[in-house]
Parts: sequence; structure tokens; C-alpha cells
Amino acid sequence: MSRLEVNNLLEVNNLLEVNNLRVDLPVEAGTLHAVRGIDFHVERGEMLCLVGESGCGKSMTSLALMGLLPRKARLTADRLQFDGIDLTTLPERRRSDLRGARMSMIFQEPMTALNPAYTLGNQLCEGLIRHRGVSRREARDRALYLLERVGISAAKDRLEQYPHQLSGGLRQRVMIAMALMCEPDLIIADEPTTALDVTIQAQILRLLRELQQEFGTAVIFITHDLGVVARIADRVAVMYAGEMIESAPTPALYANPAHPYTRGLLSCIPAPGKTPPGSRLQAIPGVVPSLVGSVEGCAFRNRCPQAQPACERTPPLMSLPGDHRARCHYADRPVPAPLQPEMSS
Amino acid sequence: MGTFIFRRVLVAMSVALTISIVSFMLLHLSGDLATSIAGPEATAEQVEQIRIDYGLDQPIVNQYLDWLGGALTFDFGHSYYYQSTVVDLIVDRMPITLTLGGVALALAVSISIPLGVLAALKRDTWVDRLALLFAVVGQAMPSFWFGLTLIVVFAVTLQWLPAAGSDGWQHFVLPAIALGYYATPAMMRLTRTGMLEVLESDYIRTARAKGLRTGAVIFKHALRNAIIPVVALAAVELGFMLGGSVVIESVFSLNGLGQLAWDAISRNDYPVVQAVVLIIALFYIVLTLLADVANAALDPRIRTR
Repeated sequence: MSRLEVNNLLEVNNLLEVNNLRVDLPVEAGTLHAVRGIDFHVERGEMLCLVGESGCGKSMTSLALMGLLPRKARLTADRLQFDGIDLTTLPERRRSDLRGARMSMIFQEPMTALNPAYTLGNQLCEGLIRHRGVSRREARDRALYLLERVGISAAKDRLEQYPHQLSGGLRQRVMIAMALMCEPDLIIADEPTTALDVTIQAQILRLLRELQQEFGTAVIFITHDLGVVARIADRVAVMYAGEMIESAPTPALYANPAHPYTRGLLSCIPAPGKTPPGSRLQAIPGVVPSLVGSVEGCAFRNRCPQAQPACERTPPLMSLPGDHRARCHYADRPVPAPLQPEMSS
Repeated sequence: MGTFIFRRVLVAMSVALTISIVSFMLLHLSGDLATSIAGPEATAEQVEQIRIDYGLDQPIVNQYLDWLGGALTFDFGHSYYYQSTVVDLIVDRMPITLTLGGVALALAVSISIPLGVLAALKRDTWVDRLALLFAVVGQAMPSFWFGLTLIVVFAVTLQWLPAAGSDGWQHFVLPAIALGYYATPAMMRLTRTGMLEVLESDYIRTARAKGLRTGAVIFKHALRNAIIPVVALAAVELGFMLGGSVVIESVFSLNGLGQLAWDAISRNDYPVVQAVVLIIALFYIVLTLLADVANAALDPRIRTR
């Protein structure tokens, strides 16, 4: 019996429970189904990576969790529970009590995520003052501690500085400190390293992982980079075209990717030593289907190297051993045709 | 901040000097001053006498330096028309113009900014449309016509307020409304556009992600940034109202600077014209300086480079 099944039977209270989450956006051509019924959960203190390419719905998912969807977006879910609180029926006022206090978010663009008109100290402190009603002095002490903790030198002077006086890497550290101010149970990090230099990326990743373990905060880490995932995540969930097509503990996903898309993503990562210099980088051919209007069958079948007639039907979410699930007809059995991912020489 | 202000003051002073030169030159380029002062019936001797009396026979550089020396000590000479010094005339008229402009600006700011914020928050609803209509009407309607309409309605028909004069605060209500409404649309639309842009920005999402109350998100985080260009515009509008309120001043018979300038020009009262032009230019310069300082105070990116 998988851990998921045990959890379901015992009604173990996960930090976050998501069932059949859908996000629809009205667009000129009709309705964009940005998120098409995804299920996942986050355990306390774990780091879950949401992986997928641009437009797969991972950012919409994170905004849906935070309650920060665009005004026109429509959210439905059979279950959207945060620590037992039903987020679908929670009034906006109560929702804003959770935001920043029990769940906080780190954004992709550190250059624009901070308000240019206020000092870092002001912006770090305001959330804590709002949620905990502490004095400005106490809030500053906490901000100072966290700035030092995220590796910012001369933290005391930084409190008086403005965002434009800091580099992107420093600003992202400030955003991380800001997300930690109220000791949240959950941090959603939406591609926090994408906009940064490669050397800074590694530092920020390590920092996030350290802090997550030190404070026991659950983290949903959103990325398009499977290479990042291997280093930090406890579990990985892969999204494609608004669906969650595979989820598994990180080692299992790397060892036995069950969905052809996941296999394709993994083969796209150039590996030092394995990928011969000068060889063509792998790519998944084709494009993501339009999510405007309904999508029939497996959304990946047009790009899938092993697509079968059966793929015209929407595949179920198959449970595999070891809390491993995949949305593919052939996740647990061999494909009739020879299983050969496309290889270019 | 100190060096910033110092630099700006230096720039402002050199601009003021340039304007004084240009305005002096323009006046002398407009024709032979001695002839126009003497009038059409004067003989050649009389014109020459006037030229000597008024120092117009001196080289123009000397004339300018003389005038500038006087201006620096607030001595702009005598009016050719009134029996008083230019300074006395200006000191007499300035409070009226300042009061009118100040009240009109206060009115315009207190209407345009809340209305702009509201229109942005209620984008594409009837509230937004109504605000837009209000702006378009304000931009399209000539201010003298609006002034006359106000007089007809509130002074003549309803008799709530006086139509002309400048004795008490009641006299300033209608002209301030007429002048203020003229300044409102631009500021309202700039506020609305700025708010729409800022509300879409990443740092507003950050502020909301912190769980801040809607009021804090809108007023602390959004308005503070959206208002920066509005401050500069308000300064220009005030400069315009101080210098260009001649229409409203004549509709409501307010004896302000605009009226003085108009009279002086039509009577060839050159010392007054020159002084008023300089004063109005100084208004603009000081207001621009204040706007720069206010912008720097609002936007740390300008302040701490």
C-alpha cells in the first residue's frame, strides 16, 4: 500500500491537499484551461518540486494556492485544503490573514518584486507587523536576524537601503528573508533562480534547501529545470498542458520515469561526461497543444514517441509502487510498439 | 539629498537669468520703445527726449545690466501708467493670484487624485466611464464659458455667491472652481493611468502575497508610486494657473497679476510687463524646483544615485 493510500485511509492531515484543481481564464478565443484538474499534496516540512515548461500551468497553480489569481480567472476544486482550512470557501479577508503569515511566496523576478519607494526594512517588517501586531522594533530585530541568516552582510545598513541599491541576487535573498518573516508553514517559490546568474542560482538553491530543513518549512519549488530538482527536492511533480502527468519521490522519478514526457525532459539535460562535446542537444519535438477549448485524450500524444491508438482516450492517473503516480496508459506496462525514445546522432 | 537640492537650485538660478535676458531682448525687439511710449502724435524731439529720459539711448547691454541690478534689489522702476512703483503694483496684485491659484490647485488635487484612483480600481465600469466623461467635459469646455455659466447659475440666478470682485473668500469660490476644473482632467487621467500600470506591477503582487490589507496595498504601495508624475504635473498646472489665469481673472473681475499683465501690455507699460514676465517665470522655476524636490522625496531612485 502506498503512502498516499495510507494517508487517505487514516485521513492523515497533510499540510496541503489539492483535488481536481481547475483554473480557467477567459480569453478572446474562448476559455483557456490553464490548470485542468490536478491532484497533489504537500506534507509538512517537505520540498515538492513542480516541474514543467512555460505555460504548463505551474505558475497558475501557485497563484491559485496563494489566492492571487488574476481577477478574471475562475477557480474550482473538489478539495483545496491548507492545514484543514478549506480555501475554496474562505472569504478574502480570512484568506489575507493566511497570506504572508502561514503561506508565503517568492517570485521569479527579484528586480521588480520589491517596491522601489520603500526601504528594505519597511518592506520586510510590514507583513510581521500586520499579522502579529508586533512593534516596529521587534519586527526590525526579526528582519535583521533573517537578513543575516540568508547571508546578507552589513544587514543593519541594508535595512535602510532601497531595492535599486541591491543586485538581483541580494534582492532574491531579501525576498527569501521576507517570505520567512512570519515563520510560515509553506513557502511557494516560483522559479526563484531563473532570473539570476548561474553562480548565484546555486547559492540561492542551497540557501533555500538549508532554510527549509532548518525551519521545517514546507516548500513548493516551481521550476522548468529538472536539473535543479535533483539537488533539492524530496518529491517531484511534473506538469504538462495543465495536468499533473507524473509525481514521485525524487530518486524514483530519476531512476524510473514512468511518463514519456518525463523521460523526454530528462534526456534534455546535458550530462557532463555522458553527453559528448559537440553532439546535438536533445529536444522534445512538437509544441504544447492549445489549452483554449477542451483537450481530448492524452495531451502529450502528438509529441509522444510511443503514442498508441489507446492514447486517444484520456489516460487515468496510474498508481505505481512507492508513491509514484503517472498519467499514461502505459505507465505500468510495456508499450506494444518498440520503446525507443527518439535518438539523434 | 542636500547636494541634489543644491544642484537643482544652481540650475534654477541659471534658468532664471536666461529668462530675464530673453524677456528683456524680446521686449526690445518688439519695436522702438521710445516711439511707442511717446504715442503717435509725438514729434521727433519729444521721442528723442523720451529716449534719453528712459535711458533707451544707452547700449542695450547697459540697459539690461541697469535693469538687472534694479531687479536684484526688487527695484523694477516706476510704472509708466500708474502713479506707483512696479513693486507696489505687484505686491498689491499678487495675493489675489496666489489665493486663486492655490485654492484652484487644492480643489483640483483633492478631486482628481481620489477620482483617478477610483476610476483605476473600477476600471471599465460605469464609475470609470463617469470619471472619463467628467474629464472630457473639463478638457473640452473653454474656461471662460464655464466661468460665465457659473456666474449665471450661482451668482445671478441662485444669488448664492458674488459674481465679481475680490473682497472676501466668497469671491474666490466660483473662479477657483472654474480654474480648478480646468486643471483636473489631466491630473485625474494621469493618476488613473499610473494606478492601472502600478497595480499590474510585481511589487503589488508581492504586497498582496504578504497578506496586507487592501487599503495598504492601494495607498501605501500603489498610490505612492503612481503619484510621482502627478506631482510634477500639479506643479506645472499651478504655474500655469498663476501665470495664465488672465481669462478667469477678467471674467470674474479679479485684479490679479494676469489682469495687471494684460493691462500693462495694452498700455505699453514696459517696466510692468517686464517685471510680471520675470515674476511669472520665477513662479514656474520655483515650482519646477519644488516638484523636483518632491519627486526626489517620493522616489528614492532619484535621491540616491
